[in-house]
Amino acid sequence: MPQEIYSLPILRRLEAEAIHILREVAAEFERPVLMYSIGKDSSVLMRLAQKAFHPGPIPFPVLHVDTDFKFPVMIAFRDRICASLGVELRVARNEAALAAGTNPWDRGTVKCCGALKTQGLLGALKAGDYDAVIGGARREEERSRAKERIYSFRDAHGQWDPKNQRPELWNLYNGRVHAGESIRVFPLSNWTELDVWRYIAQESIEVVPLYFAEERMVVFRNGQYLPLGERTRLMPGEHGEPRSVRFRSLGCYPCTGAVLSSARTVPDIIAELEESRYSERVTRVIDHDQDGSMEQKKREGYF
Amino acid sequence: MSRGRDAAPESLAREPDLLRFTTAGSVDDGKSTLIGRLLHDAGAIHEDQLESLRASAAKGTGALDLALVTDGLRAEREQGITIDVAYRYFSTPRRRFIIADTPGHVQYTRNMATGASTADLAVILIDAQLGIQTQSKRHAFIVSLLAVPRIVVAVNKMDLVGYEQSVYDQIRDEYGAFAARLGFADVTFIPISALAGDNVVTQSANMTWFTGLPLMTHLESVYVAGDANLIDFRFPVQRVVRPNRDFRGYAGQVVSGVVRPGDQIVVLPAGRRARISRIVTYDGDVEYAYAPQAVTLCLDENVDVSRGDVIAHTNNVPNVERSIEAMLVWMADLPLEEGRIYLVKHATRAVRATCSQIVYRVNPDTLHRESASLLGLNEIGRVRFTLFQPLAVDEYRKNRATGSFIVIDEASNATAGAGMIIERKSAPEIGPGVGAPVSRNVTPHSGSVLRTDRARLLRQRPFTVWLTGLPGSGKSTLAQALERRLIDTGHPCYVLDGDNLRHGLNRDLGFTPESRRENVRRVAETARLMNDAGLIVVTALISPYEEDRAMARQIIGEEDFFETYLAANVQACELRDPKGHYAKARRGEISDFTGVNAPYQTPETPALVIDTGTDSLDSSVEQLFAAVSARASSG
Ligand SMILES: Nc1nc2c(ncn2[C@@H]2O[C@H](COP(=O)(O)OP(=O)(O)O)[C@@H](O)[C@H]2O)c(=O)[nH]1
Repeated sequence: MPQEIYSLPILRRLEAEAIHILREVAAEFERPVLMYSIGKDSSVLMRLAQKAFHPGPIPFPVLHVDTDFKFPVMIAFRDRICASLGVELRVARNEAALAAGTNPWDRGTVKCCGALKTQGLLGALKAGDYDAVIGGARREEERSRAKERIYSFRDAHGQWDPKNQRPELWNLYNGRVHAGESIRVFPLSNWTELDVWRYIAQESIEVVPLYFAEERMVVFRNGQYLPLGERTRLMPGEHGEPRSVRFRSLGCYPCTGAVLSSARTVPDIIAELEESRYSERVTRVIDHDQDGSMEQKKREGYF
Repeated sequence: MSRGRDAAPESLAREPDLLRFTTAGSVDDGKSTLIGRLLHDAGAIHEDQLESLRASAAKGTGALDLALVTDGLRAEREQGITIDVAYRYFSTPRRRFIIADTPGHVQYTRNMATGASTADLAVILIDAQLGIQTQSKRHAFIVSLLAVPRIVVAVNKMDLVGYEQSVYDQIRDEYGAFAARLGFADVTFIPISALAGDNVVTQSANMTWFTGLPLMTHLESVYVAGDANLIDFRFPVQRVVRPNRDFRGYAGQVVSGVVRPGDQIVVLPAGRRARISRIVTYDGDVEYAYAPQAVTLCLDENVDVSRGDVIAHTNNVPNVERSIEAMLVWMADLPLEEGRIYLVKHATRAVRATCSQIVYRVNPDTLHRESASLLGLNEIGRVRFTLFQPLAVDEYRKNRATGSFIVIDEASNATAGAGMIIERKSAPEIGPGVGAPVSRNVTPHSGSVLRTDRARLLRQRPFTVWLTGLPGSGKSTLAQALERRLIDTGHPCYVLDGDNLRHGLNRDLGFTPESRRENVRRVAETARLMNDAGLIVVTALISPYEEDRAMARQIIGEEDFFETYLAANVQACELRDPKGHYAKARRGEISDFTGVNAPYQTPETPALVIDTGTDSLDSSVEQLFAAVSARASSG
């Protein structure tokens, strides 16, 4: 008999946990949807969903909230990946706010994000009447997320009440909701940023090239390198400059800071992270706007 | 077929493993400070988080408050207490750690139970100045209830007692004796100062009298790999995977044990047997799968398997139970009540269940048992549930995955309780209204005469016509009429009428949901025996609950259960009121009367529906007879 090993490496453990969660959602909810943000966490989620339902297809649609300020390569990537996996892609936009010309420069990042992202999302969730919404958030990402359940209950307005969460024991999830209420599901809760990249390496998962260092035109503002997008407005005295940068997390280009880096491959990124002492959301302008801002937004329904 | 890549020997090469632990302590014992210190000294606090800590420090005393690292939420920061479970992640070159940080406040026993449910180890803090508090005992008790295999008792704030060994020794002796009563296998005591860092990551120069390991070193080296249950194979089915005609598999997680193609398995609770033919994963078939891998199993035979079933080896099975006894932590504002119906979620199945008895409540401070008829928020007790459908369970101490369940309040959907199944020590009493459980040590014998032999002799296909409908919908009348027609056409048959049976077989039963369930169970078992004997059976029972009918379906067998819904509405039935019962119920003289003050759940997928409210009796009998006689003569 061949020598057999019964100890599962950490990445495989995390994978098994996430697959279990995805299958529970598919089995217990009527209208689940997977939030697809095009980022690395979403890319990992998609692979996990493929694995969970193999040899069958992914049994729910994916939803992308398009703020119209995404990097154009992200949109192209999204369409290509969804087509190749054969999943149904639904795109949500807050058309009213976009028609009103909402942008971060005139309205401020908090209001812009509230309108295009949070309202865009809530509108789409309401329209789709989804009872389970799967997201890629991880607990170690941000302080207020450390208390998040794997199944996070939302009331009929999509709001989160951190003081009144359902206890979650073992891996017995309570997905029961009344009409209009929903559960946000986070299969990657126990993953760290490094786990995500190691998994991407192990599984050869394709990610948006923005994660890799490249010479890009950026502007230095408030201690961050912001990419120059087609509509970026420069302030008096500012000018664009070429720098070797990459993005650690991908949002809208006006609000996503880049970090100086020379990591051009996934192994480079892993090596860089092992060195790094900055948590990734440091490059999201939005979190710094006010003390406790992420928690505030989560209460209101942000992911 | 390839070996799974996880099995490749190179994965042995110093792969760090994972330790999940939880922390417990009374408010101000220094738990947050300790966790902050562990994270800080392990380099797990990111620079930007440190910056915001420094900013907070500048607003306050000026010193870096490590407790703030884990006090995530605004509400808590304002109140200055931790109010909910938070998860923290850090790693050292030797191990990955997940901390479930749970509050010490008296109201939040439930959070401790939550944190302990997934922990390999618990760190219990005791303030050296205050000594052992009732809270400290409560914490150890909850940790032992959830069967966390080992604890570390960190005697904190040693700096405030002059690093005095006698203080530590006294706490160790007293608490050690208490912990021994709770049956922990592994208890380690460490004197620390979370604030100053003594014995947290590095050996303390202030307590040279202590010869043990610092906390971090202990956490890094304590052996946990042996905890995994690799003996008892259990596989709760999550989903049936059926993408096309050629593939049928069962997706789930191996929650314990190891499985291989060729293994003889049984699907519970039904008891159908087959062999594993393939173990399918996205990365290819594998030669074996073990806990906690998520895979898809294929069987060599097309047996009936659905979500919620548990697959196990034929020679090592969980107990199939219709009633369970458990230690329960209650977590809802609304107390647990005897006689109330709840939803019990166990592995991948949720069943309705009646809380049949609160055996006792435990005083967590003295460990004394008290009698109780309610279990309030944060109370712990031993309870019994009568299940509307059987579950395949293990004792929690032997198997966390198949020995645990949560209780859901159906009205609010709240997760109201957490249960740990215990083996009953004495034979359960069988009283009126309590479902008789399956005895574990009785094996059914099968003789050489087969059911098909008897059916051939009687020249018919035996099955059960299960009539369900409101009182007055015509069940008894139709049953008698159908029996007449069947006998006249040469079909041996028998009517089981609910009202009649209540004079004999079921005379000990009332009309509570529990009694109704037991009534249904007995009639279903009787019907099954009669079907076995070759008879066609017609039952006339209100059988108002979908779950009860599902149970009957299960007992009698899908193939032989011919559910017929007599769809007369309440108005029509009340108008007829052949026995005058509706009138009495309306006057309040009968309680629990279906249609008036007890619910009737309409069947979801009946084999036949007859509208006895509008159709004439003759027409109804005709429809019923046509369907039944066709079936009786088939195959
Ligand atoms: N002197 C001393 N004070 C401590 C120690 N550990 C914690 N404290 C203080 O005790 C108080 C409560 O600590 P905290 O970590 O918030 O307790 P928690 O409620 O258990 O999380 C704070 O003022 C800490 O600074 C210690 O080892 N020595």
